[in-house]
This record gives sequence, structure tokens and C-alpha cells, in this order.
Amino acid sequence: MDLLKRLSYHVLSNNFIKAGKGSSDIKSNLKSIGIDSDILRKIAIVCYEAEMNIVIHSLGGNLHCDIYEEKIVILTEDIGPGIPDIELAMTEGFSTAPDSVRELGFGAGMGLPNMKRYSDIFEINSSIKGTNIKMTILL
Amino acid sequence: MKLKQIKELLNAEILAYGCDEETEFDHVFASDLMSDVLAYANNEALLITGLNNPQVIRTAEMMDMHAVLFVRGKHPKEDTVELAKEKFVTLLVTEHIMFEACGLLFNNGMKGSK
Repeated sequence: MDLLKRLSYHVLSNNFIKAGKGSSDIKSNLKSIGIDSDILRKIAIVCYEAEMNIVIHSLGGNLHCDIYEEKIVILTEDIGPGIPDIELAMTEGFSTAPDSVRELGFGAGMGLPNMKRYSDIFEINSSIKGTNIKMTILL
Repeated sequence: MKLKQIKELLNAEILAYGCDEETEFDHVFASDLMSDVLAYANNEALLITGLNNPQVIRTAEMMDMHAVLFVRGKHPKEDTVELAKEKFVTLLVTEHIMFEACGLLFNNGMKGSK
């Protein structure tokens, strides 16, 4: 159960050029330690969706990847405005993203459902101060 | 189909090489929604899209998709091409619209990725 390593990245709000860089780096790191490719893809998807959510919806935040012997935990913490109705936000197709984000191919209301679908354990807490997400993928 | 056959069939231009022209692709996923690619596509498929921003390359990278075909003649900007080269994602561009590109590939034996 000991934490072997933590990878951390600061994610900027509205920066669509750098968006995904943290997830890319996490994927490369996990590949280099020999994580199975199917599990690696699940981790990459949840990580990238979470990173994009910080870019699109928050004022900025952090993305962490905690590596344990038996699991990988992806954590995000962002600064406001939070999600007023988490149950509604978890519905496939529901989105509050602006048109500018939709034009980039995101904001289709699949982010949170995707994160839940590909995580073995999905936990989310949100307030007007910000949103914290914890996604566990078992190895 | 081999990459070189796809290129010839669609009269496509290759903008970045992440694999050689003998590489085989059996499956295709076509979408302008990257969230749907992340939700529904399988790995190692050819991604067909009309979007041409860097997030397309990031999506392909996350999904282990080694080639992206831009339809409707949508040439990406240099930053997108550079990112593709860095991540070993092959980029093709064709003048065909998405429907035609998918139809031609389907008629030549390629299957949907799901």
C-alpha cells in the first residue's frame, strides 16, 4: 500500500495548446515502468478527460498520478467555480461547456461519464471553491 | 489495409510519419467529437476527423491510435504537425468529405472500431 511515486502537474485554465501535456507525460512514465497496455489506455483516458475538465471549466488546478504496487490513483484539484449538481453533470450528454470548447471537439458531456466508466473507483467532491476528483485504477 | 493503400485510395497527402507505409490498419473510427473517440473507439484504429487542432493528436496518443486522417482538405497548423511527429502519429489529409472517405475505406474491407 506504500506510495512508490507521485507525478504532479499544474494545469492552466483555458490553455488549449498545453492541455493534455500532463496526461501525455503520465502515460509515458507509466509505459516505461511496464504497465499493461489496456490498463494504460484506461488511465490515459481518465487522466486526459480530467485534465481537459480543469482547462475548460476551472480557474486552474493540479493533476497528480500516485503510483502504488497494486493501483494507480489519478487525483485532480481545481479552483472554482465547482459543479452545482454532480448527478446532472454525470449524465451523458449534459454539458455547460461554451461553443468555443465544442469547436475543439470537447464539451459533449462525456467527460465525467468517461472518467467513471474507465475507473475502478471514482470519487468526486465539489463546492463553489473547486472540484476534487479521485480515480483509482487497479493493476 | 496498408497505409500506402489508404493514401492512394483517398488521394491523400502524408504530413507526418509515425509509422511506415507498410503498416496495416484494419479498423476506423470517424468523429469530430474527441470525447466520443475517448468513449467509444478501440485502440490502433485509424482516426478520421474534420478537426485539426493539437487536441486531436493528444486524443490519438491517449488511445494508441497511430494515424489520423483529416477530411475535407483540412490542413492542420504547424504546431499540430510538430506534435504528431513528436508523438509518432501519422497524419494524412484528403479532399474527400468524411462520408466519402469512410465509404471508400469500408468498400475496401475496413471495419468500424467499437
